[in-house]
Amino acid sequence: MQIDLQTVALKPLRNTFKHIEKRFGDKVATRYQEATYDLQPTHNFHYRPTWDPTRELHDVKRTKIVLKDWYVLKDPRQFYYGTYTQARARQQDAIEKSFDFIEERGLEHALSPEIKEVALKTLMPLRHVAWGANMNNTCMAAYAYGTALNQACTFASFDHLGIAQYLTRVGLALGDVEDLKAGKTAWEKDANWQPLRQYVEKMLVTRDVMELFVAQNFALDGLLYPLIYKEAVDGVWAAKSGPTIGMMTVFMADWQAETAKWVDAVLKPAAAESAENKALLSQWASDWAKQAIAALKPIATIALGAEADAAMADVILNLQERAKKSGLDLSL
Amino acid sequence: MDMNAKKKLGLKERYHLMTRDLAWEPTYQKEEEIYPQLAYEGIKIHDWEKWEDPFRLTVDAYWKYQAEKERKLYAIIDGFTQNNGHLTVTDARYVNALKLWLNAITPLEYEAHKGYARLGREFKGVGAAVACQMQSIDELRHAQTQIHSMSNYNRFYNGLDNWHHAQDHFWYYSVPKSYFEDALTSGPFEFITAISFSFEYVLTNLLFVPFVSGAAYNGDMAAMTFGFSAQSDESRHMTLGLEVIKFMLEQDPGNVPIVQKWIDKWTWRGVRLLTIVGMMQDYMLPKRVMSWKEAWEIYFEGNGMALFNDLARYGIKVPDCIDQIRKEKGHISHQAWLVFNCANFLTNFHTWIPSEEELDWLDAKYPETFPKYYRPRFEYFKKLEDEGKPFFTKGLPRLCQVCQLPIFFTEPDDPTQLAYEEGTYLGQKFQFCSTHCHKIFDNEPEKYVQAWLPVYQIYQGTNFLPGTDPTAEGFDPVRAVADYYQLNWGHENGPFEGSEDQKNFAMWRNQATKN
Repeated sequence: MQIDLQTVALKPLRNTFKHIEKRFGDKVATRYQEATYDLQPTHNFHYRPTWDPTRELHDVKRTKIVLKDWYVLKDPRQFYYGTYTQARARQQDAIEKSFDFIEERGLEHALSPEIKEVALKTLMPLRHVAWGANMNNTCMAAYAYGTALNQACTFASFDHLGIAQYLTRVGLALGDVEDLKAGKTAWEKDANWQPLRQYVEKMLVTRDVMELFVAQNFALDGLLYPLIYKEAVDGVWAAKSGPTIGMMTVFMADWQAETAKWVDAVLKPAAAESAENKALLSQWASDWAKQAIAALKPIATIALGAEADAAMADVILNLQERAKKSGLDLSL
Repeated sequence: MDMNAKKKLGLKERYHLMTRDLAWEPTYQKEEEIYPQLAYEGIKIHDWEKWEDPFRLTVDAYWKYQAEKERKLYAIIDGFTQNNGHLTVTDARYVNALKLWLNAITPLEYEAHKGYARLGREFKGVGAAVACQMQSIDELRHAQTQIHSMSNYNRFYNGLDNWHHAQDHFWYYSVPKSYFEDALTSGPFEFITAISFSFEYVLTNLLFVPFVSGAAYNGDMAAMTFGFSAQSDESRHMTLGLEVIKFMLEQDPGNVPIVQKWIDKWTWRGVRLLTIVGMMQDYMLPKRVMSWKEAWEIYFEGNGMALFNDLARYGIKVPDCIDQIRKEKGHISHQAWLVFNCANFLTNFHTWIPSEEELDWLDAKYPETFPKYYRPRFEYFKKLEDEGKPFFTKGLPRLCQVCQLPIFFTEPDDPTQLAYEEGTYLGQKFQFCSTHCHKIFDNEPEKYVQAWLPVYQIYQGTNFLPGTDPTAEGFDPVRAVADYYQLNWGHENGPFEGSEDQKNFAMWRNQATKN
């Protein structure tokens, strides 16, 4: 039985804001729509930026990609601030319980010393990769056109800082400050890490926002996260030493699965709009992915030893499939 | 056990590992190419490590606290909506304060989000960058929660529905828009001085108190809850504002005169912008919280001066402009409301002449100025209105080239004389509302000559829709501009008395409370 409660129903004058009605029709809008579409000012800017005098304050020309409407770029998660923070808080809650579970039972001591060492050697330098990713997504948030894209980049930048901090916690749980230091030294000096650091630093001077998006969010993250969290953590390491590390890095595995859908939902409409966009995105994706693969090979060897080649082949295949679905020609 | 051998980390040390330790010295690219915006303003930072974190918040804690605040806020907004909460406000005139907020302030919250994102990327120090990133995402929160807390009002009242277009086009919204764009187009250090220090730290109470306490006093649970929910974010932003000033001043003595110039500029820019808030506070809230003058005395002359005393040891002086602000504090809100009331055919909110009781309140709050200079004018306009001949200003005013307010302020020492100054740059003449705006112009004329001044745009013919023919017989320039603004003529403009808002509110309240 349903209880039929009544409230006083008044007839409203309109359903939503004009700019939302123009896009979605005269009906009650979702909170995502009202929070996102046309939030960024678009007309009659007063002054040219002193830091970029050839462009307007908000300017579509901060990338070579051309779109008639930057709000065609989608976020299938429909994240605005409220839904984003609540989704992440739920994940955080679960991870907190995992860390407690591990620490209460001292599970980190049950790990095989070999895996523990490999894990610290692999994961600690990745703190710095995550910081680079945070800077790059902050860059896109600052300079990308349209709220649909730049708010999602803000959330991604926050996620990467969160990942850097989770990795720091993993390091402190499996080892101590000395292990973080060793990871940083490897990142700065060890020959195995230099191609990846070079890649990250090259992104830091790449200012075309869509090229940066491809380099960071599609090419690098699309290879790195499955390689580390699927192939190594949940694959080889789990087989040898159980799921403890996977419990500490579950955020990264879930995050990649979720975020890849957003990345693809940005690339697909951008590539579909014109042959020029498609060619440009394909070229960027191919160039950056080639470099990322070369940079990740020594890391794969650190993490996976003899299994490295097979794992790399898997993640490359996965990236190629995603490119294909998004309408990009990836030639590696 | 190795657990016991581990060094126990202090909070500061742990936070260091969670933030600053993440960065490294790049070697494959030049530093000035990674951080291209740091040098050109002349600010010298010798050691970013000296930055003191104004707060220590890791990302997981941020998610947790903020999500909890969001859950509570949206539960209240939902309840307010479901229960037709808009009918519980003091009277429908109150909604006009929300119109001003959504059209003028909410877009600035979004712009703040963008501005802090830029700093979050361009600042070299991780401590400073992370603090800016947190503020960036907070500002996005404020823009979005404001839209959501006013979304239901939009369904029932006019003047809220077209804010995206309005804020980029209407004559008076160019005041807040140009203010913020001035900051955004500045270098990163000027931006943070303008917004984190001058606005968030020195002036924010003058914005927040009237609107949020105004919402509370007037029965607007949705806007009030937003305001209270934003309060803990704001206090983080304020600590950032203070830290950044101290940091710049401590890093190099050469920074002091640069920062002083910015503080002078942005205090004045901020106060000119707050004229509109002062007007809201004195005229648009049916149940008033405090007068603009009282707020200025408490929050600036009291708290603000204490802050400047604190900064004196760095060689920072109180901005010169505060002498003029003190002289003007009994005038500006009245002058602004008189201007809007006589130009309400071209506004997307309603105006009204205060009731007798409200005029008495203004007399009591402004005993030196209101009875002598302003009450007689309101009474005269009321008489004209009663005779069916309401007074409208149909001509176009001169605008100040910097703050973009019409020339309606009076001489600081003579409230019967309009104040204006003229300057020249590259052979062209420019007008200013005051010495202070004139000085800001002279410091950076190449910037302010670019200003998109609504009145001058009208004269240049750019504020008409394509196909408009100003030479056609019976051409009505006001209606043509209104069309360009997409003003919903006869619905959202004009006097409150007789408006749709007024009639609907009475009808709905009746419907909700009687059978």
